[in-house]
Amino acid sequence: MDVEVALHVNGTPQRLTVDTRTSLLDLLRERLGITGPKKGCDHGQCGACTVLLDGRRVNACLALAVAHDGGNVITIEGLAENGDLHPLQNAFVEADALQCGYCTPGQICSAVAVLDEAAAGVPSYVTPPGASTVSLSDEEIRERLSGNLCRCGAYVNIVRAVRSVAP
Amino acid sequence: MNPFRYERARDAAEASVLLGKTPAAMLLGGGTNLVDLMRLRVAKPEALIDVSRATSDRVELLPGGGLRLGAGMRNTDAAADKTLRARYPVLSQALLSGASGQIRNLATVAGNLLQRTRCVYFQDVSKPCNKREPASGCPAREGYHRNLSILGASDACIATHPSDMAVALMALDARVRIIGAGGERLVPLAELYRLPGDEPQRDTTLQHGDVITHVEIPPLEFAKRSRYRKVRDRASFAFALVSVAGALDIRDGMVRDVRLALGGVAHMPWRARIAEEALRGRPAREDTFREAAAAELRAAQPLRDNAFKVPLAQRSIVRTLLELSAEP
Repeated sequence: MDVEVALHVNGTPQRLTVDTRTSLLDLLRERLGITGPKKGCDHGQCGACTVLLDGRRVNACLALAVAHDGGNVITIEGLAENGDLHPLQNAFVEADALQCGYCTPGQICSAVAVLDEAAAGVPSYVTPPGASTVSLSDEEIRERLSGNLCRCGAYVNIVRAVRSVAP
Repeated sequence: MNPFRYERARDAAEASVLLGKTPAAMLLGGGTNLVDLMRLRVAKPEALIDVSRATSDRVELLPGGGLRLGAGMRNTDAAADKTLRARYPVLSQALLSGASGQIRNLATVAGNLLQRTRCVYFQDVSKPCNKREPASGCPAREGYHRNLSILGASDACIATHPSDMAVALMALDARVRIIGAGGERLVPLAELYRLPGDEPQRDTTLQHGDVITHVEIPPLEFAKRSRYRKVRDRASFAFALVSVAGALDIRDGMVRDVRLALGGVAHMPWRARIAEEALRGRPAREDTFREAAAAELRAAQPLRDNAFKVPLAQRSIVRTLLELSAEP
């Protein structure tokens, strides 16, 4: 069943007619040609499809496009500003935080949100109870990025990259 | 995925009416479980009624000191709420132990309560499953069951409830506020959930047309000393093999009051009332904790590959109580 959906994607307004079954991930990849978000598992288990939806990281594979009508989506393609890579993109290059690169767009989008969440004092499972501020230790980074799998096992350098950008 | 009609409800009452009009309609919250089940063809709704913006997304103070969470509140926001963290740390920890940051950003409070079991046979339409297709059989009993029930199971079903949040809420005597065909009502979590019996297709006692609007948590002064302990196969982003939600009130070295609930052991969050009874009025010491934990697990009926959960649950209870009793 077709519905009309309006979204802002990487700053550009988009209006599309989609089947109600269309995930945000399929809309981005198949309809808009934005292939940075990857379809790793399509079950919310790998995080390769992570995008920022209204400023928050989500699994685009689990989000029905129709349910997020009016939403503002940022993908890995939308992180650079005026041709300059986002500090986390540079950090991933500097720290050699990848091997095959398939999970990288999701890792970086997720990490961008982790910086915001930590700055806002949002706790994680390893944050000491009662702590009102969050400092991004290696333990915090690992816990907060546990929804992004890297089958090459580049975790050590992913943590290093995120830590290098964390305040 | 089967085709479906999509409707957005303005409020819970409208959602209830829309549900009533279509027997095969389902409610959509964050979709983190339902969309996956639809993709797996485990769920085949004719229509989705989106309630993600139809109910409150805030924490409110209740007269008398309790809290209530809007059904549409995202798990991340509930876990980060300052009042909730201060009064019920066990609930914030349970929420944060579940899923991943991405999933918690989508998942709603009511959706968390109503997520389905992750038993592999339930999620695989090529296999029999009494919960998915009544009277088709249960391969889990002889097959893969190391993550499944040790308490309260039936011949028909040994599924476990996957929610962490619900375990903490069970320990806190939470109730859900529901709008349904007969009006509004409050249902204790212990009566919302059910054991499988010979109707494992029913996870809850909800009727078609019921819409959860809030979760209400009564005041519990000593819950400021509470915590959630989760044991799983990997350090993060995995379902519980066993989990414990506990709150402890100690005066002069004696257990004045206690709340305990277990996750990963049954078809519903398991309130450990036997252990609680065995603890009240007794010395807050490891030997008492051990006796209470053993008493709770006495009724366990483990299977070939999940017998490890019995000592694991006991030790997790003891460890949780020891840590709580060491808190300042």
